[in-house]
Amino acid sequence: MAKITYNTHDNKTHTIDVQNGLTVMEGAVQNDIPGIDADCGGGMACATCHVYVKEEWLDKLPAKEDGEEDMLDMAFEPKNNSRLSCQLIVSDELDGLEVNIPSKQG
Amino acid sequence: MNKTDVLIIGAGPTGLFCAHQLGIIGLSCEIVDNLDKAGGQCIELYPDKPIYDIPAVPECTGEELTNNLLRQIKPFNVNFHLNERVEEIKKFENRWHVKTSGGLEFDVAAIVIAGGVGSFEPRKFPVKECEKFEGNSLFYSIKDKSIFKDKTISIFGGGDSALDWAIELSNTSKVNLIHRRDGFSGAEASVQKVKELNDQRKLNLYTKYQMDSVLGDKNIEAVKIIHDEGEIKEIKSDYVLGFFGLIMQLGPILDWGLNIDKKTVQVNTENFETNVSGIFAIGDICYYPGKLKLILSGFHEGALAARGCFKYAKPDEKLRFEFTTTSKAAQERLGIKK
Repeated sequence: MAKITYNTHDNKTHTIDVQNGLTVMEGAVQNDIPGIDADCGGGMACATCHVYVKEEWLDKLPAKEDGEEDMLDMAFEPKNNSRLSCQLIVSDELDGLEVNIPSKQG
Repeated sequence: MNKTDVLIIGAGPTGLFCAHQLGIIGLSCEIVDNLDKAGGQCIELYPDKPIYDIPAVPECTGEELTNNLLRQIKPFNVNFHLNERVEEIKKFENRWHVKTSGGLEFDVAAIVIAGGVGSFEPRKFPVKECEKFEGNSLFYSIKDKSIFKDKTISIFGGGDSALDWAIELSNTSKVNLIHRRDGFSGAEASVQKVKELNDQRKLNLYTKYQMDSVLGDKNIEAVKIIHDEGEIKEIKSDYVLGFFGLIMQLGPILDWGLNIDKKTVQVNTENFETNVSGIFAIGDICYYPGKLKLILSGFHEGALAARGCFKYAKPDEKLRFEFTTTSKAAQERLGIKK
């Protein structure tokens, strides 16, 4: 279990307990946090679960796999701290992770 | 007006297999899709990537799967209406009248929505002013490349479309290619070619830059691009092209009175009919408890929806369950000669 904080574009903060093994994307979708569309369902094929990771977490996250950076090219306003939340699998190590959800996904 | 039993919206694997199931039970159908080819997400998102979970097919690519499905429905001579989006549906007595973006009209007994996550639309620039120039000096696809001759074109993106057009247009235009990072997702050969052209000063490559703003009055005159480190460059441009792939949008389906939750349409699991009788939804776009977004689930849903359409298309007939292995009628429809 990890506490994940999602900051949505309307300046609201949602802190949720997400079970280990789920993805950061699923944590948002299952708890009705707006702004993560996840059109492809977690297949790294659409870039609509794009989030900005709080800077201090960037190095603590597992590295991007092949394809994630390619998909981020398609994301709405990608930045250096962009990740696809479907690729971030929750574990105890992610306890306290904070992500910002972009103003829109497309 | 095209008169047919069923209109299928979406030519992805689920829609294609539903056409097969309709054909087997003797119903006619036509298929509308917003893309320029059949295959849906399989073709648009992962044509070359292998799929490993199609029953009895250990491995195939999205393109192979699509081609096999097209081959499987060949006997039914299904009409495809590509580059068309369904805009409007209207109940007319016991039938539905349907209009598309290109002005096509259909008169059908039932509608099957196999629309995936909606229709594919080009993903646009986040910069707001871009809208003003869209269609006159800013484009997300190219219809007539002759307008670019001897002009300065700024192309944004790092995939195959961006690279291919940069290479092609560099023959007759002054091309700037702008991409957010050093790596590219397009084919390696194209990446090498672009780098060569850049070395030969036949195009200008700007990496780690993104669009900052567009300048111009009626037409674009220049774009400002911003580096990861914050430095801003202004480059003269007559035209701007953006190639950021496609995004899926539900579009007009939202206005048809269907129960929609989180971009999906609620259906029953008996025949995948929606809350509106005569309208069915199958594949990624439908939702019911336990729904799996797998191609194999879409096939099952299409088979049942096809049978659900029968009572609307042939209200006076009874549908008998038959196997293709032994049914004479089904084999005749498949054009099998013995």
